[in-house]
Amino acid sequence: MTAVLQVEGLHKSFGGVQAVADVSFAVDAGELLALIGPNGAGKSTCFNMLNGQLAPDGGIVRLEGRNVVGLRPRQIWRLGVGRTFQITATFASLSVRENVQMALYSHAGRLRSLLGRFGTAFTAEADALLGQVGMLDQAGRPCGVLAYGDLKRVELAMALANQPRLLLMDEPTAGMAPKERVALMELAAGLARAQKIAVLFTEHDMDVVFSQADRIIVLDRGQLIAGGTPQEVRANPDVRAVYLGSGH
Amino acid sequence: MTFASIIIQLLNGLAAAASLFLVSAGLSLIFGVTRIVNFAHGSLYMLGLYGAYSLIEALGRTPLGFWTSVVLAALAVGLVGVLIEVLVLRRIYRAPELFQLLATFAVVLVIKDIALFTWGAEDLVGPRAPGLSMAVEILGRRIPAYDLLLIAIGPVVLLVMWLLLTRTRWGALVRAATQDREMVGALGVDQARLFTSVFFVGSVLAGLGGALQIPREPANLELDLSVIADAFVVTVVGGLGSIGGAFLAAVLIGVAKAFCIGVGTVHWFSADIVFSKLTLVVEFLIMAIVLVVRPFGLLGKPQAAQRLAADPAPPLTVPSWTFVLVGLALLLAVPIVADRYVTILLTDIFCFALFATSLHFIMGPAGMVSFGHAAYFGLGAYAAGLLLKRAGLPMEAALVLAPLVAGAFAVVYGWFCVRLSGVYLAMLTLAFAQISWSIVFQWDSFTGGSNGVFGVWPAAWLAGKTTYYYLALAFCGAGIALLWRVLFSPFGFALRAGRDSPLRAEAIGIDLRACQWIAFVLVGALAGLAGAVYAFSKGSISPSAISIAQSTDGLIMVLLGGVETLTGPLAGAAIFPWLRDEVARRTEFWRAVMGGVILAIVLLFPQGLVGGLKALSQRWREERA
Repeated sequence: MTAVLQVEGLHKSFGGVQAVADVSFAVDAGELLALIGPNGAGKSTCFNMLNGQLAPDGGIVRLEGRNVVGLRPRQIWRLGVGRTFQITATFASLSVRENVQMALYSHAGRLRSLLGRFGTAFTAEADALLGQVGMLDQAGRPCGVLAYGDLKRVELAMALANQPRLLLMDEPTAGMAPKERVALMELAAGLARAQKIAVLFTEHDMDVVFSQADRIIVLDRGQLIAGGTPQEVRANPDVRAVYLGSGH
Repeated sequence: MTFASIIIQLLNGLAAAASLFLVSAGLSLIFGVTRIVNFAHGSLYMLGLYGAYSLIEALGRTPLGFWTSVVLAALAVGLVGVLIEVLVLRRIYRAPELFQLLATFAVVLVIKDIALFTWGAEDLVGPRAPGLSMAVEILGRRIPAYDLLLIAIGPVVLLVMWLLLTRTRWGALVRAATQDREMVGALGVDQARLFTSVFFVGSVLAGLGGALQIPREPANLELDLSVIADAFVVTVVGGLGSIGGAFLAAVLIGVAKAFCIGVGTVHWFSADIVFSKLTLVVEFLIMAIVLVVRPFGLLGKPQAAQRLAADPAPPLTVPSWTFVLVGLALLLAVPIVADRYVTILLTDIFCFALFATSLHFIMGPAGMVSFGHAAYFGLGAYAAGLLLKRAGLPMEAALVLAPLVAGAFAVVYGWFCVRLSGVYLAMLTLAFAQISWSIVFQWDSFTGGSNGVFGVWPAAWLAGKTTYYYLALAFCGAGIALLWRVLFSPFGFALRAGRDSPLRAEAIGIDLRACQWIAFVLVGALAGLAGAVYAFSKGSISPSAISIAQSTDGLIMVLLGGVETLTGPLAGAAIFPWLRDEVARRTEFWRAVMGGVILAIVLLFPQGLVGGLKALSQRWREERA
């Protein structure tokens, strides 16, 4: 069985700084892989190369066997990738339901109609997704007035609207209360395992990482220094040295 | 072309570039720090020219008198800039970009009338520079000595600016504020003083640019808008906020234009190509190429994301059927109950309503601010007139085809425009409008030049004022209804989504650029329809239909009514032309009065009239509850 996401020898440098150097890893369907590392390790750079926002200097990113390097983010979405942003990005003037409907319309290729009426289709589907992420009671509110944690949930619903094979979540719980964090990640993990979605996420909260990830890879100064199950990574002396600090 | 003539054209171009650079550098500097596109910057240039003229008359045409006058005029213009900043702009730094723009345009109107009042409508030809009126012989050609001086002044000012910006504390603050305005505020710098000083320096540069032109061009009242259009092109080509870029771009454009004029008429393949009339086309070509290759200009950097983004747009609501039906019933009854004057005025207002609605569509929900929307209105009007008069088509066919012609232009212009966003986009739309205007204005044999096209009357069966009223109501009403319909379609929602968050739109598979391009063409075609209906109602078309003033009329209508509601542009389209007529009938200085009205609205009703009324009624309801 081929992995859903397979990354081989990814490279990127800015000026003379090697931001990501020879990074390779893979994520299988239904698996949650956490990408961790101290600030400036290259996590976001790595992420942005996977979703098409940044062109790598070298390396291959395979999505179910197909190389997606050079494709634009919107083309990568069409191949079945859903994503959430570190700083949430939603449509502030549209309601929560309309945000999810927008993703559903786009998934179905139905945004080209100039004369139809938006919002008449996919209402039930949108509400089902909002129910899954616990946002149904706020479906009619504009996204511009939502609390930050709720926006993260809307983003998750929008990503799921694509029936993704791969879910990319950049700091999915940043800015949320500690209790909420584990709850959101448990929710995402449950959905991913049930629907056989491969999940790659970066995260600063170690409680979330070690309780939810199936496997963890550790990035430091652009290079992968360790990888394995949470227990293996926890025990790895290199990780302890660079990540947790030598005092631990 | 001989080597000598190449050198001569090069020198001509460099001389012309000097003033262009000074104005653009000031514009760029002010934008960099305050993030305000100062529409009145061309007016400051104009004031510099007029001021220098008067001062020289007073101080005498001696070298001392001349140069004292130039310096004093520049400093005086600097003070005018400070006045503008303190009285108007300081109050609206946190208002949406468009309101700042509208405020500076109001200043343009006020300054124009002050100049008209002070110096009169006649062009004023200044003296040659005393002591420099001779010509220098170079390679057997004669070059005015004053031009050589101008060539030197450009680099000198560039050097002075560079020293100011890199070697002084003030310069460090300006550079810091250009990069991150909030951070500078957070560091405890007195922003108000910094902004005022930047306005002073920027205005002095504009005033100096104008004053130095006194031996080269007559002072006239049209300079404000023509100079600002040129300055926009130079800043966009050079890169907003980059003084060095402004210099490079000014030289590039100045020299290219000089070569066009120098080449004159060339006979190619049995066709005469009049290069001297293509100066604006060349300017446009340079800009188009630069923007495609380097979207942020030659030396510009991508604009830093602004954390102080305006509040998210509120959700749009569909106008109620009751409102639409009652309005329609009233309008249908007008010719029966009201007199001829009202019928004719309303026919105009229908055209403006469609024009304003199309502009609102593109700048509100689609999020692309256009300073040059009159291009499509005017091209539609001209297409209608020329199809009737030159192609000999029946009026009905001309009316139907005209929007398609305007739409075709929007296809080309839009292709460039959707590659940019924000201020760059707005400036590019203005440049396209200005290019359309100059082609129409200069192509005498085809478009009738400054006189325009006459005898553009509707077919006999539509010629009655009442009949034409219903035709205008039907066409403009249908256009508005179509735009409203599209706004609530999946496509329209995708546009709004893209305006709210381009990042998220791309991430869920929306091809935003394609959506924006389609919107641009749709809106261009409907503005063209408005122009065509307008042309047949007036019976003639003049280049003013395409002018910057027409574009800003549209902006004023939309902002007057309020950009956040669909009915706002209709209210603005109804009130503005009426208000202007009323004021113009009472005073010669109607522009100043309109400017004052706009300033009052901007400072008192930042959400526009309809938005303001809504807020008021909401407050009233809350108090009663």
